[in-house]
Amino acid sequence: MTANTALILTLLTPLLGSVLIGLTGRWPNLRETITMVTAVSLFALVIRVLIGLNAGEEIGIELFTVMAGVGIAFNTEPLSILFAMIASGLWVVTSVYAFGYMRGTNEKNQTRFYVCFAIALFGAMGVAFSANLLTLFIFYEVLTISTYPLVTHKGDAKAKAGGRTYLGILMTTSIVFLLPAIIWVYAAAGTLDFMPGGILEGNLAAGSATLLLMLFLFGVAKAAVMPVHRWLPAAMVAPTPVSALLHAVAVVKAGVFTLTKVVIYTFGTDYLAQVPFQEIAVYLAGFTVVAASCIALRQTNIKRLLAYSTIGQLSYIVMAAMVLAPLSEIGAALHIAAHAFGKITLFFTAGAIYVASKKTEITQLNGIGWRMPFTMTAFAVGALSMIGVPPTAGFVSKWFFIAGAMQADNYFVLAVLIVSTALNAAYFLPIIYKAFFKAEDVTLKDHKEAPVTMVAALCLTATLTLLFFFLNGPVLELESQIVGGMR
Amino acid sequence: MLMHLPVLVVLAPLLAAPIVALTRGATWPWLLSTLVSWFALLCAVLLLVQVQAQGVIIYTMGGWEAPWGIEYRIDFANALLLVLITGLASIVMPYARLSVEQEVGAERSPMFYAALLLLSLGLCGMTATGDAFNVFVFLEISSLATYTLIAMGRDRRALTASFSYLVMGTIGGTFYLIGIGLLYVMTGTLNMADLAERLPAISDSSTVRTGFAFLVTGICLKLALFPLHLWLPNAYTYAPSAVTALVAATSTKVAIYILIRFVFTIFGPEFSFGVEPLAEVLIPLAVIGLLSASTVSIGQPNIKRMLAYSSVAQIGYIVLGIAMGTAMGLTAALLHMFNHGLMKGALFMALGAVMYRLGGTHLSDMQGLAKTMPLTFWAFVIGGLSLIGVPLTVGFVSKWHLILAAVELGWWPIVIAILVGSMLAVVYVGRVVEAGFFGEAKDPTRREAPASLLIPVWILILANVYFGIDTRLTVDIAEAAAAQLMAGGVVQ
Repeated sequence: MTANTALILTLLTPLLGSVLIGLTGRWPNLRETITMVTAVSLFALVIRVLIGLNAGEEIGIELFTVMAGVGIAFNTEPLSILFAMIASGLWVVTSVYAFGYMRGTNEKNQTRFYVCFAIALFGAMGVAFSANLLTLFIFYEVLTISTYPLVTHKGDAKAKAGGRTYLGILMTTSIVFLLPAIIWVYAAAGTLDFMPGGILEGNLAAGSATLLLMLFLFGVAKAAVMPVHRWLPAAMVAPTPVSALLHAVAVVKAGVFTLTKVVIYTFGTDYLAQVPFQEIAVYLAGFTVVAASCIALRQTNIKRLLAYSTIGQLSYIVMAAMVLAPLSEIGAALHIAAHAFGKITLFFTAGAIYVASKKTEITQLNGIGWRMPFTMTAFAVGALSMIGVPPTAGFVSKWFFIAGAMQADNYFVLAVLIVSTALNAAYFLPIIYKAFFKAEDVTLKDHKEAPVTMVAALCLTATLTLLFFFLNGPVLELESQIVGGMR
Repeated sequence: MLMHLPVLVVLAPLLAAPIVALTRGATWPWLLSTLVSWFALLCAVLLLVQVQAQGVIIYTMGGWEAPWGIEYRIDFANALLLVLITGLASIVMPYARLSVEQEVGAERSPMFYAALLLLSLGLCGMTATGDAFNVFVFLEISSLATYTLIAMGRDRRALTASFSYLVMGTIGGTFYLIGIGLLYVMTGTLNMADLAERLPAISDSSTVRTGFAFLVTGICLKLALFPLHLWLPNAYTYAPSAVTALVAATSTKVAIYILIRFVFTIFGPEFSFGVEPLAEVLIPLAVIGLLSASTVSIGQPNIKRMLAYSSVAQIGYIVLGIAMGTAMGLTAALLHMFNHGLMKGALFMALGAVMYRLGGTHLSDMQGLAKTMPLTFWAFVIGGLSLIGVPLTVGFVSKWHLILAAVELGWWPIVIAILVGSMLAVVYVGRVVEAGFFGEAKDPTRREAPASLLIPVWILILANVYFGIDTRLTVDIAEAAAAQLMAGGVVQ
């Protein structure tokens, strides 16, 4: 199989998988086997593309021409392969976890759930491998629409309201800001292809590019820069595997991936550096980091706390990408991976706690560490990664953020990183302390660990979080290519 | 036979209509008119291929040369529209059998199908002809057929809807007639090509300018431009489902085509936009229309009426493209003309399936539709996404071009208006989707609509997706048509 065939198959596999899952809905075991087979083969296919990329194979396909100079086209480069690896790899883990969760909580409409999940992965793969902004936009919308039934899975009034905010903000921003931004790029440059160094240099006056940058920043609401972050807490009504999908696997990662991609391959870092007031983006992201952490500090619901933590972490990536220093671009790419491992672990533990004990509030967690030792240890690992403490994944990317800020002499970013680290510690450490060192409330019912598939999944992701600290070499080497090697 | 294609599109249904009216029962009239529609579609497709191969086709009726006889002229713009009209008719006809049997009744079937044929031939005639008076004749044929068809709606209110359309439509037709009368006085010809040749010399005469004003106003009444749209919501709401689907998808489009023909071919863009303040008049009306009609559709309890208001809004987009007066804007308008036909046809037919099973199209009827009639519901969802302009649907392609045209001119407020319109579409489509998805069905035992309703609906839905992905055919033809039209006058 050539890498090009593998690339096409990464799109077809989840699509075909969703059809098969839909057809086998009556037999849950078969349905879940198909989910698993689809997820594993997708991951294998992405690895095949990665091997092709490293071997220097020509990778690129154009399916249709939609407009002069723009078509539905796919190719790959270091950033996109990283995103595809994370999304497809974590889908395998999330599926294992979801089997336990969905059965453990006796959710309704499980077939619809798995079908939409597969379509969401189809969208994520399309976003990852898109060769131009139009293709990216199309799959970005596929991702939005396919996750709506997942967010509203419960179907009650609360889910509906959450879903309305979710779809409302993501759709509105993508149509009102992102689409005109893309059309503007097309009108100015006559192409939408992602090119190293960008396509706008010499085609658009730097003065107008400020507005264009803002359109992108708020148009890609999946990156949740304030004030377009509201959909993320609203989407917390979803079942936990969906939250994992949103926060770690596909949705928010698609957002920051898109922004990073636009910065590097549409604007080009050199061009963007000349754009007047481009620092606004850094300030907005920096503000979001601190503000989200402050809000997280006051949350009592575990999942809501995690949602605000995600908003802060995403803005790390946006901020790093906008600093425009080579090291910070690498940091942005690394953090897409690092945050994925840490955050998926945290959501898995939140779901495991819910399935085992029906607990959703932080105040109920006293002493739970001794009842669910695996889960809460994994939680501690994830939390440390969020704070950026070694030996976890979060430390690696934070290292590069700081190095990048130094490279660009940007002390604002440095200050934000310091404040945010302190705030992260302030809202995560008390939970770990409560879980292990406080006495349990006697009135609560007896319970044990969550179902074994869930615990296995969250232990695996926690291990990945730790491993990424030690074994980040290949990823680092790959991502260094996006800025033409480490300077 | 190939050289007679332009007239066959019109002639075949014209000959078939009286025969259909004379048949008995429900099956024969249906079968005959379906076959004739398919034949007309075949002719239209062949015509389009011919135009692509050899350029403009001129057909002289009975061999009489232009000033004496009537000539038909087929270029890219009307070849595309002919395919849309005959294509929609070919899809609506098979769909109509069950729907009409229930909504109109078997005993009135022969009349119904005869009128439906007359409607489609009238629309084809207006599109194909190269003679301004001939347009009027076919306009009246199609309008009279439409009044009859609307009046056959099950609801008694269909009668008043039909009557008010009759009054408004007649005023529009009269304005049109006055307009061409004034032009005839000044030029002594009714042939479009000759008109285009003779008008520039006398374009500063006030008679010509008055004629222009009458023509534009009359046509705008027929195409339901805000605020001349008042006949439309009732007419669409109370007409039988099959009629609404065909009329919504094609009738207003043909009126828009006539407007384009007069503005660009006959008067020429320089006169229309340079001498006459056409852009200054049409743009505000189009923008107000698209925003206000979209807003009004949000509050409609009857989904059929909601889509009717949405049609008024969509017409706003098309007129906006025309009023830009650039090749890009015109391309967008022509594209949306075709694409909107596809989406509204699909949506109204999906609603017809709901009507067939549940007897109503109110929001309360849509509750829980995802469970009781999943195929119909998903067809409605995809059609709705197309209406919003979500990628991979035709709606996205037309919206893309429209925004591109506005960006090209630097008209940022217009860009915003278009986008706000899309957002309003998200709200009014979302309402229905939410009801269908989460609502509890009043009667959970209701089953999916029969295949003869579903297959036509899904053919159109798939066309929505197909032309949203592979845009070569539509965009290329629209661009070629726009280039021909922008050149002004008549391309030889």
